[in-house]
Amino acid sequence: MPNVQSLRCKECGRDYPEEPIYVCDFCFGPLEVNYDYDEIAKTLSRESIQDGPLTIWRYDQLLPASRDNAVNIGAGMTPLLKADNLGRELGLNNLWIKNDAANPTHSFKDRVVSVASTKAIEFDFDTIACASTGNLAGATAAHGAKAGMNTMVFIPADLESGKVLGAAIFGSVVLVNGNYDDVNRLCSELGDDRRWAFVNINMRPYYSEGSKSLGYELAEQLGWHAPQHVIVPVASGSLFTKVYKGLNEFASLGIIDSADTKMHIAQPFGCSPVAKAFVEKQAHPKPVVPDTIAKSLAIGSPADGYYSVSIANKTGGTGTIVPESEIAEGMKLLAETEGIFTETAGGVVISTLRRLVREGVIGPDQETVALITGTGLKTLEAIADSVETVTIDPTVRSFDDVVTGAAVG
Amino acid sequence: MAVTVKIPTPLRKLTNGETSVDTDGSTIGAIVDALELVYPGMKERLVDDSGELRHFVNIYLNGEDVRYLDGLASAVADRDELSIVPAVAGGLK
Repeated sequence: MPNVQSLRCKECGRDYPEEPIYVCDFCFGPLEVNYDYDEIAKTLSRESIQDGPLTIWRYDQLLPASRDNAVNIGAGMTPLLKADNLGRELGLNNLWIKNDAANPTHSFKDRVVSVASTKAIEFDFDTIACASTGNLAGATAAHGAKAGMNTMVFIPADLESGKVLGAAIFGSVVLVNGNYDDVNRLCSELGDDRRWAFVNINMRPYYSEGSKSLGYELAEQLGWHAPQHVIVPVASGSLFTKVYKGLNEFASLGIIDSADTKMHIAQPFGCSPVAKAFVEKQAHPKPVVPDTIAKSLAIGSPADGYYSVSIANKTGGTGTIVPESEIAEGMKLLAETEGIFTETAGGVVISTLRRLVREGVIGPDQETVALITGTGLKTLEAIADSVETVTIDPTVRSFDDVVTGAAVG
Repeated sequence: MAVTVKIPTPLRKLTNGETSVDTDGSTIGAIVDALELVYPGMKERLVDDSGELRHFVNIYLNGEDVRYLDGLASAVADRDELSIVPAVAGGLK
């Protein structure tokens, strides 16, 4: 049951009607969904949420689309796991992993695309589109298929086969001869004279609201309170700002008592404009040309970078730049301790966590959540050199020689 | 200092459709003030109430983002080229 009042410019506060638009005509600021919170407060409760479906749509009062006709392949309500093994390794007694790789297309992007595609149908679009390098491609293609919409997913032709095939299986991928910037430019031109719902362009105000569900779930799954620390992988910064927004909406609506969560930015050395701005006390991240193995974080000019730095400062959080060499280490550490195979972005998160503990930013008993936003199966190349296997002949002797022998010797 | 300023599509209503205009000023801030005199309404589109460049307005001085120079205080030389470019507020990806 949507309670949307308007779209409102995050910068100058001008209101706009609920349409597929995303930029303020006056000051070029981003538009954000503005809700009637008084109306929401009348009916929203822990019980009303718990009575809802086991997807992001249990929070539909705080989402900009109706769950009655949601494009739903099961996004959300992913496991929040107590990470005692990893905690022991790092010296933390109250560590949790939010495993968003457990979403239908194996990343948090299902949350945002479920909302964007539902809204696209409400707006009578018949085509849903995106430019992507991976996770968003799969999520958009899958939701487009479920919705029965024409789907146009544009990706660079030289992407890893896992990402290409993982999106193309849904039937609607266009490979573009060019790099990611070329793909983006093409999509902007295509969008100018076609009535398409580009999930991360003209649908962005609605799309990005889907990420708030991660914040809501953390609070609900922890037993209706906000954690003391959250570590978030940052690309555009949208997820970072929306997790914060979700926790704060819950607090202001009385669903939880308070939201004093310290928000921590995690970025890889090869693309760290937001963390760098935090460290250097700059309000505006300076754009960079990305060169990182964490490709899902490779946004050199992050749209919500400014807001992310501001939130990290406001909450007493931090910004961490993880050396590229520690990304695979972080992936291995999580895999070997908790049985979770994350993508490179998760490796950045785990290595950030390790650094924050060493620096004393996170105390041993403080409740901490690390966000794992995608699966390692999409970025196998990243760990090819750091994982070892043995090969034997199909004989016991060979097993004894190679495996047992290796173990003993 | 005579400089040429490139005007983006959304602001061309203020310049009567001109895509670039010539003006004078020794700093970016002075040029913004000079533009306001000739094209009333321009300044509030570029600068916020506290006098800072709006977060989603980029001004490039000979291709350099002035935010990473001295902002509105950045010095401008004769025949420099200025471009006003709205940030892609929505971003991509």
